[in-house]
Amino acid sequence: MAESHIPHPDLPPPANVIGVFGWLHRNLLSSPLNIALTVLALYLLSITILPLLNWAVFDAAWSGETRADCQAHSGACWIFIQAHFDQFMYGFYPEAQRWRVNTAVLLLVLSAAPLFVRAIPNAYKVRLGLGLLVIYPIIAYMLFKGGLFGLSGVDTRRWGGLFLTLVIAGVGMTAALPLGVLLALGRRSQMPAIQTLCVTFIEFWRGVPLITVLFMSSVMLPLFLPEGMNFDKLLRALIGVTLFQAAYMAEVVRGGLQAIPKGQFEAAAALGLGYWKIMALIVLPQALKLVIPGIVNTFIALFKDTSLVLIIGLFDLMNIVHNATTNPEWLGFSTEGYVFAAAVYWLFCFSMSRYSQSLEKRLHTGHKR
Amino acid sequence: MNASSTVAAPVSVSLSDQVMIHMENVHKWYGAFHVLKNINLTVRKGERIVICGPSGSGKSTTIRCINRLEEYQRGRIVVDGLALTNDVKLIEQIRREVGMVFQHFNLFPHLTVLENCVLAPIWVRKMPRKQAEAFAMQYLERVKIPEQALKYPGQLSGGQQQRVAIARSLCMNPKIMLFDEPTSALDPEMIKEVLDTMVTLAEEGMTMLCVTHEMGFAKTVAHRVIFMDGGEIIEENTPEEFFTNPRSDRTQLFLSQILHN
Repeated sequence: MAESHIPHPDLPPPANVIGVFGWLHRNLLSSPLNIALTVLALYLLSITILPLLNWAVFDAAWSGETRADCQAHSGACWIFIQAHFDQFMYGFYPEAQRWRVNTAVLLLVLSAAPLFVRAIPNAYKVRLGLGLLVIYPIIAYMLFKGGLFGLSGVDTRRWGGLFLTLVIAGVGMTAALPLGVLLALGRRSQMPAIQTLCVTFIEFWRGVPLITVLFMSSVMLPLFLPEGMNFDKLLRALIGVTLFQAAYMAEVVRGGLQAIPKGQFEAAAALGLGYWKIMALIVLPQALKLVIPGIVNTFIALFKDTSLVLIIGLFDLMNIVHNATTNPEWLGFSTEGYVFAAAVYWLFCFSMSRYSQSLEKRLHTGHKR
Repeated sequence: MNASSTVAAPVSVSLSDQVMIHMENVHKWYGAFHVLKNINLTVRKGERIVICGPSGSGKSTTIRCINRLEEYQRGRIVVDGLALTNDVKLIEQIRREVGMVFQHFNLFPHLTVLENCVLAPIWVRKMPRKQAEAFAMQYLERVKIPEQALKYPGQLSGGQQQRVAIARSLCMNPKIMLFDEPTSALDPEMIKEVLDTMVTLAEEGMTMLCVTHEMGFAKTVAHRVIFMDGGEIIEENTPEEFFTNPRSDRTQLFLSQILHN
């Protein structure tokens, strides 16, 4: 009779390969060269991070009302930001009407919240999402612009600050993605007319800088329009940004479409599904999932590019901060202003990036082939 | 080398006269390359046909013409009384009645097994979801994997995936099933489970066209075996005659190569 095999019990690993010490040992102190590099890195960090912290936190002026309160501090003057905070958020939107912006934001957060709850079934989410996509812009526009239901009118020239940045970015993203998808499908179409049209569109918009597009829309377009006819400046910027980013989005999506094996089209077609159903149910869900990093990349670029509208005289976050630094009462605080603007942009872009990563993980169904 | 021993006993034959597929003088070119040369084939209701031949002989292309995954340049194909044209609606109508199983399964990886099965009934046949799911579970039971219904295709073995692909096609309640080398991408031990499923289907009287190298399957299940080479149908025969007494030299050579390896 065969002897039965008794496996050895697992021994705990040595202390210097696990835990904090193990990590330190492996990554920072594993050889004399690495020890030297670690020390050097610590030194470099100490001469850069410490002064920065001193400036931004320890020596900074945090409370007060006027510029005089900053004089006693050698660090940053965050009072400058506090004093202009409302302006940075809303631009020149009339103070008494700012509740309308807040209401619209609150409405969006509340109505879109179910989309991020995992327990809610997808079929419901799709319906809610599509509904929001159609209804919310109308409600938001009426709230922002006014002139109806007893709301006083607020000209788009008075929109500004982070609010305006979010309007441009929000409209740009929600319009550029579907448009980009259609352009990508069109570019792969078997119909020569549609294909040529899409290729021309994409290559035109990819070939010109956004700044040129914005300039042309504000300076040249009025020359071609008949006397008296005038487009809203913001609307022109929105169209420019959307079409520009849609061209980029189209190429990102096309990359995803090309990665879908031909067998997927064939299997769907063999079941009797038509072109649009194949695209909507089989190909696009897979293709878009593959290019989430590219889509978010485009979104982030779009978000940051909104700051270019300053050259056509719209007061988005960037321009309003710039404007505040030229305020004679608050001269000399441009560093604080731009650091604040950068922090806000970073916060939004980083959130998008993190959300895309979690989305990728969640949508992964274990079928890498 | 093949799974002949695993396949069930020959199935009793009861054929009607109703013609399900009629191919007449079909020619196809890829550019200047003549891939299908004068294909003529008539398949009656309930008939089971195996198409074999060396690779590149046009077997797959032939059956892919039937549901118009491939265009052809000359000739005529009538499927279930409908003559194929370029009309997209007509093609979709024909595809609804013609199921197809692919060599590489082609399941939709972003959908669960059950969602794979109910997709077409819901979106093409406009069946209510509940009903489609009940229907799909029946077919998943028939291919013996109901317990995998909520998994994703990537979590299944090749044999299981191919059985799901068969169930997915059956959920459309097709009148004809086309099999394009359904076992060629499978490990030997998984070939049996897929062939068993196909034999069951055959026993139920499904009209089937199979491109396959499983000669055991051809011997026991097929009513007719078609041998293709160089884009032509070289021989069309009963399985008994085909294997014991082939008419053409080319067939003999092919058989000697695949049976004595």
